[in-house]
Amino acid sequence: MNSPPHFICTPFSLMACQGLASGETLKSLKAESETLRKKLEEERKKLHDVELEKVAEKAEALGELNMKTRRTLKGHGNKVLCMDWCKDKRRIVSSSQDGKVIVWDAFTTNKEHAVTMPTTWVMACAYAPSGCAIACGGLDNKCSVYPLSLDKDENLAAKKKSVAMHTNYLSGCTFTNSDMQILTSSGDGTSALWDVESGQLLQSFHGHSADVLTLDLAPSETGNTFVSGGSDKKANVWDLRSGQNVQSFDTHDSDINCVKYYPSGDAFASASDDSTCRLFDLRADREVSIYSKDSIMFGAASVDFSLSGRLLFAGYNDYTINVWDVLKGTRVAILFGHENRVSSLRVSPDGTAFCSGSWDNTLRVRQEGRGVGRELKQGGTTLYG
Amino acid sequence: MTINTLTKGGAQREQMYCLRKMERVIVAMQDPDMGMKMRNQRLLITVIPHAMTGNDVIEWLIQKYNITEEEARHLGGLLVQYGYIYPLREPRSLLLRSDDSPYRFQTPYFWTSSRWPATELDYAIYLAKKNIRKQGELVDYEKENYSILHKRINHTWDFVVMQAREQLRASKQRRKADRIVLECQEQAYWLINKPCPGAFDVLDLGPERCNVLSSRVALNADHYRREIEHSRRALGRNRVKSSICLESFMKYSEQYLHHDPIMSGCLPSNPWISDDTSHWTINTDMVGIPTRLRVERWSFSFMELLNDSMGRREFMIYLEKEFSAENLCFWVACEDLRHGESSKIILKVEEVYKNFLAPGAARWVNIDSKTMERTLEGIKRPHRFIMDDAQMHIYFLMKKDSYPRYLKSELYKNMLAKAIVPQETKKSVFPFMRRQRHSSPSPAMVTQATEDDGKAKGAGPTGTSSTTNSQI
Repeated sequence: MNSPPHFICTPFSLMACQGLASGETLKSLKAESETLRKKLEEERKKLHDVELEKVAEKAEALGELNMKTRRTLKGHGNKVLCMDWCKDKRRIVSSSQDGKVIVWDAFTTNKEHAVTMPTTWVMACAYAPSGCAIACGGLDNKCSVYPLSLDKDENLAAKKKSVAMHTNYLSGCTFTNSDMQILTSSGDGTSALWDVESGQLLQSFHGHSADVLTLDLAPSETGNTFVSGGSDKKANVWDLRSGQNVQSFDTHDSDINCVKYYPSGDAFASASDDSTCRLFDLRADREVSIYSKDSIMFGAASVDFSLSGRLLFAGYNDYTINVWDVLKGTRVAILFGHENRVSSLRVSPDGTAFCSGSWDNTLRVRQEGRGVGRELKQGGTTLYG
Repeated sequence: MTINTLTKGGAQREQMYCLRKMERVIVAMQDPDMGMKMRNQRLLITVIPHAMTGNDVIEWLIQKYNITEEEARHLGGLLVQYGYIYPLREPRSLLLRSDDSPYRFQTPYFWTSSRWPATELDYAIYLAKKNIRKQGELVDYEKENYSILHKRINHTWDFVVMQAREQLRASKQRRKADRIVLECQEQAYWLINKPCPGAFDVLDLGPERCNVLSSRVALNADHYRREIEHSRRALGRNRVKSSICLESFMKYSEQYLHHDPIMSGCLPSNPWISDDTSHWTINTDMVGIPTRLRVERWSFSFMELLNDSMGRREFMIYLEKEFSAENLCFWVACEDLRHGESSKIILKVEEVYKNFLAPGAARWVNIDSKTMERTLEGIKRPHRFIMDDAQMHIYFLMKKDSYPRYLKSELYKNMLAKAIVPQETKKSVFPFMRRQRHSSPSPAMVTQATEDDGKAKGAGPTGTSSTTNSQI
């Protein structure tokens, strides 16, 4: 039997080969897959009749961006790995390398809750839609839910609920439209949907060939899909109901660290170790823009859109945040301030500010002073009158 | 010590990308035509050749990448932090100074990408050299490492000391300038590969990630079959022309421009800047009169209307007038089923059937016969998604019919007319007088209160002044 040179014929792999039909070999399957993929690329190219840059020529140019740090949240004793906003637009949950998960009222900078997880590297955390619970996990391979108690003396850890179980580290988690379900991504190459109450696995998603590093739920009308990115350089779109991989994009040159949907749900952006961010259109089924610059050499770790989708904020491993004009593809600003990698970045639910978490142990909330589209304003309140 | 100095797989691959890029910059900097002008730099009484100043580095970067000085300083600083350029003065401090401090390019032998991870043997020799050269030259953590290594590789210790002595002897025979350079190079390398504990560790990478070659996922026949199946399905998929898709991005950002606080500011002021939470209080769920922007947004899409609890309420009132409120009630019940607890599924499906689908039901919804048939059949084995088809049918019915009519209705027009447009708060004359930042009731508390009361009596709006700040 012909095996490709790199494939080691262990007993397990021999068993896998036995599943082949007559005339099929592993090599032929791989070749067929390659051919189909090339054909797919050609199909996608056929409908690509214009570049985003060209279409965006008629868009107004953006003025100078003047974003300042308005709040600095200090309190983590170690690297901040992940953060999420509460729907109330002012509270934040953040998790760090030393296992601490903190809930802040970012507006007053007060810490409201703190939990110490029995694991280090808590790489994922999420706020429940109701604002009454948080979920987190990391090297413990689990995702746990903590209801937020108002009793200061109550030990949050006592009410902890173990929901998700993976066979490798937890890289991301998010609640779906309610507090009752959680979607997780893991270093074991899979994503999964769980029922919080029972801890039951509702659906699992297989298709990545390496660690799944990130996921984001679609804001679409029918609310049935999510996108994930992985170490295999692929971004996959999944159907929550069937578990099927419905679309796949593999134009990145390295690990995809973060994926985020465009506000309309028709596209998503990705941040990768190849130091670029890219925009993928779901209806055109292709990559439509790359956000990169020669002087940016380090991996992008996290992205998010401003409310209108015109701006893309991206945090990088070189401690900076670059702000991109999504339509024109140009960089609008570079923001300094963090003293180590920016690991996580989210725009607040009403778009009034964005928060970045960093390996320098702090979180910063930043806001633009005057409105970057001010060129378009004819002055003050006249537009709304 | 970093977690994964042992694995050569994924982590190193990740680092390689930015290291290679930095190396390309370094090579470009040394290009005879386009590179930097290097000259002799004076270090106390010694003259070091082929050196440059911090300023030179920054200027070159500004020219090459067309960036600001701030960005050039940052980029240059990274080159120093990663050991590609090292300082001659104060060699223990790997910072780029934007003045005439002398710097030199690190020899490729000591590039971070060439010799990584650093070997214990090399480190031992380095520490031994330092120790022999000058007693007490080893810093605390170096002394510790030295004794740890002494225990760990005790069997080769004679070799270590011999090598150290040999290298020291060889260096004594060099010119002073060369000796200084070699010492700085080596020191820079070790500052990066074995940093002081607690100090910034540039090579700290986080948990290991695997890649396809050392994959935890089996690349077997099933895997490729899945890929083939996926590609086949993708080939059959409908695609939309780029021009249409991209035009929609333009339209979307234009439509939402004034709703985007970062693009257009927000009224009366952005809470994060002014410390005034009015913007949040006037936009709560239970507010008496909504803002104009909010009501306008309901007209952008059906989703926007439904996503806003006030919009949903208004729409319900409208539907009641039209005697088609059961549609929205049905949709809400289906959402609750889809996103609720698994344990309540059977109960909820029964409720939905009883209220909306059973013949003669109090709020019977008008679904086409095929969908109804399929749904009723599916109810026999209820699961979370059993109502999806019916729900989608009703959703699109509302979207295509009731929703557009609502937007043209008196109800909506009145809402829009009486909606408020807040006055922009002028920046205060004394900007340094910061307002007190009021805390708000935690969402958890608000929910608990409503549970206790039994009825939501306009649960406390966020942002009321309760200045008792909770601290941990």
